[in-house]
Order: sequence, then C-alpha cells, then structure tokens
Amino acid sequence: MRGKHKKILQQLGLWVLIVIISVYALFPFYYAIITSFKSGSAIFEVTYWPTDFSLANYFGVLATGQFPRNILNSIIVSFAVVVLSLLLAVTAAYALARVRFSGRGILLFTILSVSMFPQIAVLAGLFEMVRAFGLYNNLLSLILAYMIFTLPFTVWVLTTFMRDLPIELEEAAIVDGAKPHQIIFQVFMPLMWPALVTTGLLAFIAAWNEFLFALTFVSNDAQRTVPVAIALLSGATEQEIPWGPIMAASVIVTVPLVVLVLIFQRRIVAGLTAGAVKG
Amino acid sequence: MVTATSSLPQAETRAAPKKTQLTREKIRAAWIFLTPMILVLLAVAAWPLIRTIWLGFTDARLSVPGSGQWIGFENYLFWLDYGGGEGEWIGLLADPTWWRAVWNTVYFTVIAVSIETLLGLIVALVLNAQFAGRGFVRAAILVPWAIPTIVSAKMWDWMLNDQFGILNDLFMTIGIISQPIAWTSSPETAMWAVIMVDVWKTTPFMALLILAGMQMLPGDVYEAARVDGVHPVKVFFKVTLPLIKPAIMVAVIFRMLDSLRIFDLIYVLTPNNAQTVTMSVYARQHLFDFDNFAYGSAASTLLFLIIAGITIIYIYAGRVNLSGDK
Repeated sequence: MRGKHKKILQQLGLWVLIVIISVYALFPFYYAIITSFKSGSAIFEVTYWPTDFSLANYFGVLATGQFPRNILNSIIVSFAVVVLSLLLAVTAAYALARVRFSGRGILLFTILSVSMFPQIAVLAGLFEMVRAFGLYNNLLSLILAYMIFTLPFTVWVLTTFMRDLPIELEEAAIVDGAKPHQIIFQVFMPLMWPALVTTGLLAFIAAWNEFLFALTFVSNDAQRTVPVAIALLSGATEQEIPWGPIMAASVIVTVPLVVLVLIFQRRIVAGLTAGAVKG
Repeated sequence: MVTATSSLPQAETRAAPKKTQLTREKIRAAWIFLTPMILVLLAVAAWPLIRTIWLGFTDARLSVPGSGQWIGFENYLFWLDYGGGEGEWIGLLADPTWWRAVWNTVYFTVIAVSIETLLGLIVALVLNAQFAGRGFVRAAILVPWAIPTIVSAKMWDWMLNDQFGILNDLFMTIGIISQPIAWTSSPETAMWAVIMVDVWKTTPFMALLILAGMQMLPGDVYEAARVDGVHPVKVFFKVTLPLIKPAIMVAVIFRMLDSLRIFDLIYVLTPNNAQTVTMSVYARQHLFDFDNFAYGSAASTLLFLIIAGITIIYIYAGRVNLSGDK
C-alpha cells in the first residue's frame, strides 16, 4: 500500500515538472502572440489570456517600411546559404569520410576549430574584405560570411554520416566503372537525404537568426534581414517603443521556424546532438 | 599527397598496380572535392582573422582613408609621456572599461552556464522518463531554441517592461516584489535580465545534448540496480552522473564558447548599460561606433586568444575527446 502511494506521488511530481517545463518554454512566445493581437491601449493592460483579436499590428508592420522586403532578403540569404554550404560540404565530406589521405585528421580538426571562432574575431577583417569587393549593402556579403558557421558544422555532420554508409555500395559502383563524382551524386546522395535535411535545416535556422554580420555589413533599410529590422523597429521617440508591431513582426518571423521544428523535431534533435555526442 | 602512393612496391600481386592507380585517382579526386570548401574557409575565416590581428597593431580608422600604419603594441599598452617624468599607461591592457567587459563576460558565462547545466540536467531527466506526450514536451522545449535571439530579446524586453511588463505584474501579485522593477535598465538587475533570457533560450540545447548522452547508457545497469534495491537518488549520483559526464562536458564547452562571445542579446536587451558590456560588445563599439577600428581589432584579437586559451585548457583538463576517435 505504501509502495503504491509512493508511486502516485512520484508520478505527480513528474507531471508537475512536465507542466512547469512546458509552460516555461512556451509562455514567452504565447505572450508575444496575444500581445500582437491587441490594439490601441489594450496593449498596456496585462492579461494572461487572449482578449483581443485585432490584426492591426500585422497590417501595420507589413504595410509600412521595408518589412516585407526584409523578409524576402532573409529568405534569399537563408536559402542561398543552405544550398551553397550543402554543395560544398557534400563533396568535401565524401573526401573526408571515404578516402584515406595524409593530413585528413589535421584538416578535420581545423574545420572543427573554425566553428569555435568568435564571430567578432573575424569581423574587422571581413568588413575590410566586404568593402574591398564592393559588397557593402549587398546580400552576397552575408551569404559568404555565413559560411564561417554553417560550413564547418555541415561538413562535420555529413562526414560522420557518410562514414557509416556501407562500403559495398561504393565497391559495386567502382566495379561498374563509376567515377568519384558519380559515386557521390548517384550512389550516396539518394541515401543521404536524412542527413541533408537535418544539416540544411540547421544551416537555415542559423542563417535566418544571424545578427552581428547582418547589422555590420548592411546599413541600408531595403537590404536588411529581419533580425536587424526587428532590432531597429522604433517609434517616434525613445519612449514610444511600438510594442504591438514589434510583437507582430516577431511572430511573423518565428512561426515558420516553429512549424519547421514541429515537423522535423526528430531530425533536428539528431542533428544537434550528432556533432557533439556521436563525434 | 599524390606521389606518396606511387612509392608502394610494384610487384606485390597482379591486382596491386591497378589498385594503386585507383587509389591515386581517388586521392586526386578527394583533393579536388576539398578545394572549394578549403578556399571558402580560408577566405571567410583564416584571412579575416589574420587581418584582424594585423589591424590590431596599426592605427587604422574607418574615417581616415589610407590609415593603417604599423604602430606595434600601442593599442595594447603604451606609456604616454607628458614630459618631466609625468605620464600614464594607455591602451587596452590599461583600460578599466576593457577589464570591466572581461569581468562582465566571465561573470555572465559562469552564472548562465551553471544554471543552464543544472536546469538542462533536470529537463533531460524528465524527458528520459516514459510518459504520454513526451514528443510534445520535446517539441515545446525546441521552441525557445529555434526563436531568433533578437526576437527572444524583444519578447522578454516586453515581458520585463517596468510599467506594463507581465513579470512585474506576476511577481507583485504573488508578493515577491512590492514595487515594479526596471529589469533591463537598472544597474542591479540588468545582468540578471540578460542571464534570465539566455537561460530560457539555451537550456533546451543543453538538455538535448545531455538527453542524448543518457539515451546511450546501457539499460542493464539500471535493471541490476533496481533488482538490488538501490535507491534511485543513489543510482543517479553513482551511476548516471559519472556515465553522462562526457556528454555534459561537451555541452558545457559548446555553451561556454557561445556565452563568451555573446553579443546579440545584450545589444538589443540592455544597450548602453555599463553593467552588461561584454568583450564582443566592447570590441564592436570601438570598431564601428567610436571610430577606433584598430583598437577594436586589438580587443577582438584578445577575445579570440582568451577563447582559444580557455578551450585548450578545458579540453586538456576535462580530457574531452572532440576528435571523434573512441
């Protein structure tokens, strides 16, 4: 009988923790959503439950300024970063995972250490380069700069993934006279979709969220990406922060990410932990 | 690299020359495949880093075209002589604001990462238990991770608002505080506001890494402990914790490196607050806001050295294996 009580208590404790964790994780986003639906002075009344359903803030943020353009910029940059880093990483990962050559270990270690670079350490040098190539206020500067954090990670995860693919496939392809590039794109690629989706998603999220480079290499409203646009959304005076439109903009840029996370949560968790735990 | 294989003995078996030929071809292809990636990394990482370090030894200013003369260590430490035995030390190493930024960064990193590790461990333990709706909770904790840092900063900035913020309302209703607190602007609470948001945003990452470590543990150990009637708390401290230590160490390294370079959150949540100026914020201010490109580069270089140093010490001290070889 006592054992049964203890078990019920344990279950109760577990569920209390589960509820606390879920509420803690979701509440700020929930609160941003209910705030974004409030208009006028309703925004300054603290409520824990949704009260208004006005779309005024959404229309406001989408109709004024360059916000739609900023969203488009973020989409362009993020997709370009994903495509470019996957393309560069797949071929590199094949070489690192399937070919034995001297210097491979050092190369892998160097790639990994690049991912630990503080971005500020390359900021001055990159800024100089961006200006020298005339890429200031150009999205290309961001696409290129973002390689510093997407490429090492992508190469690392794809290499660990490719290392585990069966050698027989490759041998059979070689017997059939396949060249290395055919092995990559015709034999391995079809098997690599899970890893490509995972790394692609993580690269997309990283590029979508980046702030420091986007703030530094672009000073023109029309070329900005959304994180910078949101950070710089301001009212007529210092005191008049437009909380409603800021929350609406925040919800707009976050919803796609949340949807991606819900659909691909298993893949994302696998990718996040692949580099660290499996490696 | 290519010639190394050709020195293999030629007369082994009949298949050997063909295989060597194949290997050589493969290695050549490997380097062709690697070249684009290496070139990109040289262009966006190696070269800019070298330039940043170089600029730290010059007098470069963005407002003065053609500036950038070598001035040695003057940005780091320099005796400014007033004549007649009078003078003072100037430069980064003599700047109390810089040391303040170093202290702020270290303070933030130690406290935030400690809280995140503890909470991450708890969340991982909960997620490791069997219960209906586990997938939902796992998805829920991924939400803070996926939200852009800037957006999280704005969302919390609003919740922490001194007049209309829900946190002041909640804390006053419960009775923790008697009057509203200006979380992000008051010097006493600004750093804690930053820590609060960072903990919310990055605990999920910590929890997922630790959880992955937990799920690789052999189940029979627990079975044996259960049969022997060992108390669960004792099992946790004697079995689970030692076994997941490597996973925790890796997670802590990743988080530490991230915290030491923190910029976005502070730039948006607590701008112009001396209590929360970190090394990255300090460096960027000098690079672009104070028109002191060379000085900012020197600060960036120091930050790089500090992070590199801490990483090396940590990897050696914790014997963390990052190379992938078991």
